Amino acid sequence: MALAYAPALESTPVRIAARYDHFIGGRWVPSSSGQTFATVNPATEEELAQVAVGTPEDVERAVAAAREAYERYWRPMRPADRAKFVYRIARAITERSRELAVLETMDGGKPIKESRDFDVVQAAAHFFYYAGWADKLRYAIHGSEHPEPVGVVGSIIPWNFPLLMAAWKIAPAIACGNTIVLKPAETTPLTALLLAEICEEAELPPGVVNILTGDGRTGAALVAHPGIDKIAFTGSTEVGKIIQKTVAGTRKRMTLELGGKAANIVFADAPLDQAIEGVVTGIYFNQGHVCCAGSRLLVQESVHDEVVDKLKARIETLRLGDPLDKNTDIGAINSAAQHAKISELVQSGVAEGAVLYQQSCALPARGFFHRASFFTGVSQSHRIAREEIFGPVLSIMTFRTADEAIEKANNTPYGLSAGVWTDKGSKSMYVAQRLQAGVVWCSTFNQFDPSSPFGGYRESGFGREGGVAGLHPYLSV
Amino acid sequence: MPLLLSSASPTVDAVMLEARAAGFAKRSIKNEAKLAAIDLAIRCIDLTTLEGRDSPGRVRSLCAKAAYPAPGAPRVAAVCVYPNLVAVAKQALLGTGVLVASVATAFPSGLSSLDVKLRDTEAALASGADEIDMVIDRGAFLAGDENHVFAEIAAVKTLCGPIHLKVILETGELGSYDATRRASDLALEAGADVIKTSTGKIGTSATLATALVMAEALRDFARRTGEQRGLKVAGGVRNTKAAIAYLVLLDETLGDPWLSPGLFRIGASALLDDLLMQREKLATGRYSSLDYFAKD
Repeated sequence: MALAYAPALESTPVRIAARYDHFIGGRWVPSSSGQTFATVNPATEEELAQVAVGTPEDVERAVAAAREAYERYWRPMRPADRAKFVYRIARAITERSRELAVLETMDGGKPIKESRDFDVVQAAAHFFYYAGWADKLRYAIHGSEHPEPVGVVGSIIPWNFPLLMAAWKIAPAIACGNTIVLKPAETTPLTALLLAEICEEAELPPGVVNILTGDGRTGAALVAHPGIDKIAFTGSTEVGKIIQKTVAGTRKRMTLELGGKAANIVFADAPLDQAIEGVVTGIYFNQGHVCCAGSRLLVQESVHDEVVDKLKARIETLRLGDPLDKNTDIGAINSAAQHAKISELVQSGVAEGAVLYQQSCALPARGFFHRASFFTGVSQSHRIAREEIFGPVLSIMTFRTADEAIEKANNTPYGLSAGVWTDKGSKSMYVAQRLQAGVVWCSTFNQFDPSSPFGGYRESGFGREGGVAGLHPYLSV
Repeated sequence: MPLLLSSASPTVDAVMLEARAAGFAKRSIKNEAKLAAIDLAIRCIDLTTLEGRDSPGRVRSLCAKAAYPAPGAPRVAAVCVYPNLVAVAKQALLGTGVLVASVATAFPSGLSSLDVKLRDTEAALASGADEIDMVIDRGAFLAGDENHVFAEIAAVKTLCGPIHLKVILETGELGSYDATRRASDLALEAGADVIKTSTGKIGTSATLATALVMAEALRDFARRTGEQRGLKVAGGVRNTKAAIAYLVLLDETLGDPWLSPGLFRIGASALLDDLLMQREKLATGRYSSLDYFAKD
């Protein structure tokens, strides 16, 4: 008999308002234009709420509120007292974790298993970690006894880890004594707004954290605003380049965390069953909407067929469907636009001659879904080997020697992450030292911790988030 | 005698192995799926008593429960006892369809001569045992004498003939997942019909990660030879949630054929009561006191 998995739906203990305003200066403020836009549940294609469109006037107001909070409350406050506020936010995230997880899944499409066990947990962990730094900043930079905050931070975050990216930006910024204006992604504003509610309940002084919703135009106005001292951006390389041009010649500091096309390198002597788990985590976690996803698999030629066979069998066990079902492994693609982009790149792979394999499950009738997929017979020149797909699509290539693997892995404009799978420690180290990537995972993949710095080489961006290094962009010596 | 396991076994890495194993326990099996899983788990139980104080009366009482656990509930797969009590169990289970399994080969340590081990097995078979649960010589295995271990298993299997042979690796004493994988491959090549995690006599018994290593060995063996061999987890599977996690492991690693008492067993005693209690809860919507379940 087969083991059936009956639907195991998470209940939805979350109240979603019909309409959301900006959170500016500790108050809920409608768009100066009165305009709103819809945010949609990608698993059902139904509208969840209307959200305020951020105009240049709204940006002006938010930056002014952040400046006032910086001068009046936040910078003068004793660091130990600032820490208390940050701890309070961390605790509130933990207390409201179920609500945050459900909302994250409804607004973004990721499986409840991931939002519950990864996103919310990591978000709270970041606040806890940086809260601890608030009164110990004299130890953060060698040779600097009294580092100062930078001022007002303008931050733009993506839709793949909406709450977690907000935490990555807000926690170090405010722990260092800065204030922040944060714009969540257009398709996933709701958990950032719930985080604003948490800041309100934590009685954070008004204007320390401001959340401004909107699309690319809102983001552009924020980047261009002269009152911003530092830009922290996570998103596409394309937009990152535009931001860098805009900021050139100004006093603004900047950190960019951009795209990736990471290589996961599997040697013949690797524990293959475990390597397969790393490959699956690497590319199918969060439907592949991960900047550090292991989207290129480099397999040593002698085990290529075995790895492909194992991967074929493994993706059949991935359960695709309702993201609110606790057994779902592959949820919904974040938006119709992203779904179209993934489909277009998959078609290009087929057209260029690679061989496509997909899990055989049925797709739900509604919502944006894409089967777990991989390509064999991929060449370095194929678009699917060069462009970031940002979906559950893996490109498999082969290599013969360690040096060839390193050369192929580095043959990309990106450099965010990489993985190495071998049973030999010396080989692991040899390869890891030569990979041009901000993080290299050996015999594991997609492991995160607030104390560990994360960031890119080359077109994957610059600046680090997490750890002591994650404090530096928010401090002046 | 076929000897010498030559090819190397695949290595195992603990980090991703344990991450994968933890994922099985996270599956949420509810409602009708849970009821089906509970009944399957009951059908896969080797209801076990292996205590120095076991008596004919105690074994008869256990057999009664094995055959009729509760109204409407299926019978278990087998009763597992020491060789001296096989005849008692055999008689008590006559006509019930429940098999009698006997431990043998100087259980639980396995530290005796091959001759004694074979005589022990012979006695169990002569008393009518339907299945034999043997232990490997962990001392020899850890000393690197794989041929010795292989030869003992092969000799016991020859003696058993068509009688099912379960080979206990006692993974808690092997020290690493690599060793568990190697011992699994060795036992399968030597003729084990079923590979079994533990005796239940030491602190560390079955874990999901260990069972996953063994399931991967079974999957690779089936792929290589076309033969489906079985898995038995023993010791430490005390409640319904744990039992269901093992069924999920089988489902996602080996597939449908292994979800049957022919290829999967759980060696347990306390587990049955919890399965019956959860079964009752699903039927009535409430938990009954443990006083409502026969303690045997």
